[in-house]
Amino acid sequence: MRDAGLIGEASATSSLRVRTRRNARLREALFALVLLAPSIALFSTFAFYPLIKTFYLGFFRSDPFGLSASYVGFDQYIDVLGSDRFHRSLFTTGLFALFTVPTGLVLGLGLALLAHQKLRGMIIYRTIFSSTVATSVAVASVMWLTLLNPSIGIINYGLKETGFEPINWLGDPEWALPAVSLTTIWLNLGFTFIVILAGLQTIPEELHESAKVDGAGAVSRLFNVTLPMLSPTLLFSVVVLTINAFQSFGQIDLLTQGGPLDRTNVIVYSIYTEGFRNFNEGVAAAQGVALFFIVLTLTLIQFRFLERRGFYGN
Amino acid sequence: MLKQRGAALPDGWSKPMSRIELRNVNKFFGDVVAVRDFNLEIEDKEFLVLLGPSGCGKSTALRLIAGLEEPTSGEIIIGDDVVNDVEAKNRDIAMVFQSYALYPHMTVRRNIEVPLKTRKIPKRERDELIAEAARWLDLEPLLNRRPAELSGGQRQRVALARAIVRRPRAFLMDEPLSNLDAKLRVKTRAELVSMHRELARTFVYVTHDQVEAMTMATRIAVINDGALQQVGPPQSVYERPANTFVAQFIGSPPMNVVRGTLVRDGEAFAIDVPGGRIPLPPSLGPTAAAASRADLLVGVRPEHLSFDGGPVRAQVRVVESLGHERHVICDLSPDEFAIVRLAADEPAPSVGDTVGLTAHPEHIHLFNPETTERVS
Amino acid sequence: MATNVPAPRRRPFRWQRVATEAAQYLALTVAAAVILGPVYITVIYSLQPVEKIFSYPPQLYVTDPQWDSYKRAFETGSLGRYLINSFVVSLAITAGQVTTSVLAAYAFAFLRFPFRNLLFVVFLATLMVPWEVTIIPNYQTISTLGWLDSYQGLIVPFLATAFGTFLLRQAFLTVPRDLRDAAAMDGYGHIGFMLQVAVPLSRAAVGALAVFSFLMAWNQYLWPLLITNEDEHRTVQIGLKALVSANIDEFNLVMAGTVIAAAPILALLVLFQKQLIRGLTSGAIKG
Repeated sequence: MRDAGLIGEASATSSLRVRTRRNARLREALFALVLLAPSIALFSTFAFYPLIKTFYLGFFRSDPFGLSASYVGFDQYIDVLGSDRFHRSLFTTGLFALFTVPTGLVLGLGLALLAHQKLRGMIIYRTIFSSTVATSVAVASVMWLTLLNPSIGIINYGLKETGFEPINWLGDPEWALPAVSLTTIWLNLGFTFIVILAGLQTIPEELHESAKVDGAGAVSRLFNVTLPMLSPTLLFSVVVLTINAFQSFGQIDLLTQGGPLDRTNVIVYSIYTEGFRNFNEGVAAAQGVALFFIVLTLTLIQFRFLERRGFYGN
Repeated sequence: MLKQRGAALPDGWSKPMSRIELRNVNKFFGDVVAVRDFNLEIEDKEFLVLLGPSGCGKSTALRLIAGLEEPTSGEIIIGDDVVNDVEAKNRDIAMVFQSYALYPHMTVRRNIEVPLKTRKIPKRERDELIAEAARWLDLEPLLNRRPAELSGGQRQRVALARAIVRRPRAFLMDEPLSNLDAKLRVKTRAELVSMHRELARTFVYVTHDQVEAMTMATRIAVINDGALQQVGPPQSVYERPANTFVAQFIGSPPMNVVRGTLVRDGEAFAIDVPGGRIPLPPSLGPTAAAASRADLLVGVRPEHLSFDGGPVRAQVRVVESLGHERHVICDLSPDEFAIVRLAADEPAPSVGDTVGLTAHPEHIHLFNPETTERVS
Repeated sequence: MATNVPAPRRRPFRWQRVATEAAQYLALTVAAAVILGPVYITVIYSLQPVEKIFSYPPQLYVTDPQWDSYKRAFETGSLGRYLINSFVVSLAITAGQVTTSVLAAYAFAFLRFPFRNLLFVVFLATLMVPWEVTIIPNYQTISTLGWLDSYQGLIVPFLATAFGTFLLRQAFLTVPRDLRDAAAMDGYGHIGFMLQVAVPLSRAAVGALAVFSFLMAWNQYLWPLLITNEDEHRTVQIGLKALVSANIDEFNLVMAGTVIAAAPILALLVLFQKQLIRGLTSGAIKG
């Protein structure tokens, strides 16, 4: 009887492949899990776990040889985050951002405005202006290491020829950070240019047309049409450049190794020396936690801007 | 299209019965009712048109049949099988979309090939089937083009070719003509009808266009607010609309429906409407009386009204000329009006004239004002 | 000759337009020269003997190019090895990021599963964890796995990307619903739809991600510096640093090494400018 029933049921649906609804849902969820598994595994191993571990490491103080560590609770956080050394490093990083971000933004905007014209051969200029985006921090640093060289550097040659005193760029505590900043501005210029040019291209042509019809001159159009419409892009660029400044490492490592007199010892370089030169993992971790919160704040600001952008787009 | 109509139909067209049935089907999207308590039987080899205004649930009904949506409750039956738990691709049904849904990155040939490839049909057989479909739909010179290089009409034929190439037992079409220009639409309408005849398959066709429905359907299912209003052959839906919605949705300009009161007029029955009294024919009077209520809705199509000094007084507000016919809009009262359709050569009154209207007695429809259902 | 038709507003005189254009070209060219200046000097130094570089005033053009420095950069600086390493690592990271992003983005765009939105936010949250913050535990992990001085160590930590997942999800979401339905009717399963429809239709975004990933991988500095100590697995960026420290006074050699390290990625920029710009701006500009 039972068998007959089963056969009867099967024959009723013989021509079609049946799959129950609940099964289909479950299969879909499982399939999603399979697709997400590689990313989840990698993010867990190389982002979330180490983030928690960094917080945890901050609770342990290493002995001077980096061989063992003892639990000290928040003491180390308090020591490190309250130390002059850390404050100086933070100050240096802030100064570095101040040197690089506004200048880089203005130069990038200038280049983008220049390149946002319909002229023949513009594609070549645009390629040149964006070229530093493809330049690595190592390549850029070594180039500028030569340019800034006190004896053979072209920059000092220029200074001498125009009657200025040559400067020991990377060796002088006063000039080292500006020199590193100069390199960084050049390095970031391609990115800033690309982002701002793309922003310019999203401004509807009609706005300029109607401003022209209203009799606005080029300068007035720049300040009344272009810049206001561009402000979300500019804010985005500021945040990204600031985050970049706080994460800078390569140019410091190649140009100054944090010196002279710690004047270029930015926060990531400080983490690197504490963690991998002095074997003070706990100290490095505590600084890492501070960096995390700084970048987190900047990222959240960035998300806010991106959200607001939504209203401008489409 | 369909130039090779003389050619014998390809093999593989003897198929199991493709009767389709929706049994007590409901579909909710959250709180929104898309399809409500649907009971619809679609006969084998029928050309059934689901007709209704946009957002009425007709497309959802079609997608339920296709397997692209799951019903919240109820059963969907194809042939003898309940297919609720059968995936779309295994229902042996093809669908033609409003946007044609061609794969933009594939050539016409590859587009048509997709449903065969996914069903693991061997290459040689695929080539034959594609050639046949292409010949049938006159696509042979276009096989190596991409959709972007085709006109709207050509894309539509590719979509049809992709549907017929796998010889499904039923075709579902979701407003397939709405992206064509008016002239091509008329042509394609006729072609779809002959295609239906030659393929001898069940067609379920969704449209909001009553002209498409009237000209192509063997039966029309009128839908409103997710619910089935009336199912029947085009002519009977037109002549005997089941309720005021159907009455006013089908026909252009729409049927005039005004409030009236049933009265006895000597031996016969009549109905008082704003502007005068309409006598009811002997066939209608008693049924109306049997509805045992005096207030009724009276419906008369514009072509069934004439200006011959009849009993209903009205004032002409506007005369619209469409070239082949004229629409005269007449005020019956401050808030009731009627449209009268005249042939172009019939004399039309002037704006401002007071006229007497006659409703052709055999074309008077009565509806219950509460339920809007037909009385009779 | 005189007509009563009012003249349209006059265009500027021709010479005025010519002058404006000339000024624009001048400004563009000056800017280009300033930006390319460092590159130019790098190239000419790389082609001059060291004595000439040290001469005063410096000679800013090349009369007799000396290609010897490039040969030496490959020989004494092992730059060939470093370039191969960089290519291996960057290609592997690019392939891995595109793969994991396609898979994850497909799930987020086309599949229904519990906690989908929450998980997407978790993915995006990884963007807020800078690599520099987590280097110590990550170094420990790689060390524990025995992956110091290995390709795995350079590649595996970077195989997933929230940015790529986000970018491709956005692209997948633009696949029209009708097309998804048609694919379901045509018999495509998820894998078929992903590979035959979703990815080909999103090839612009996939291309942008690929070029972007390659660029980021090629230009990495801190991580390869930490975990490679020998030539065998060093990338060209770290190789360049080694070249500089070992040959600090041989500027032609150092500059030749710099050109070699920069050339592949500059070629990439010229070839794939469109994709790169798309990748870079998709964070800033919608689409």
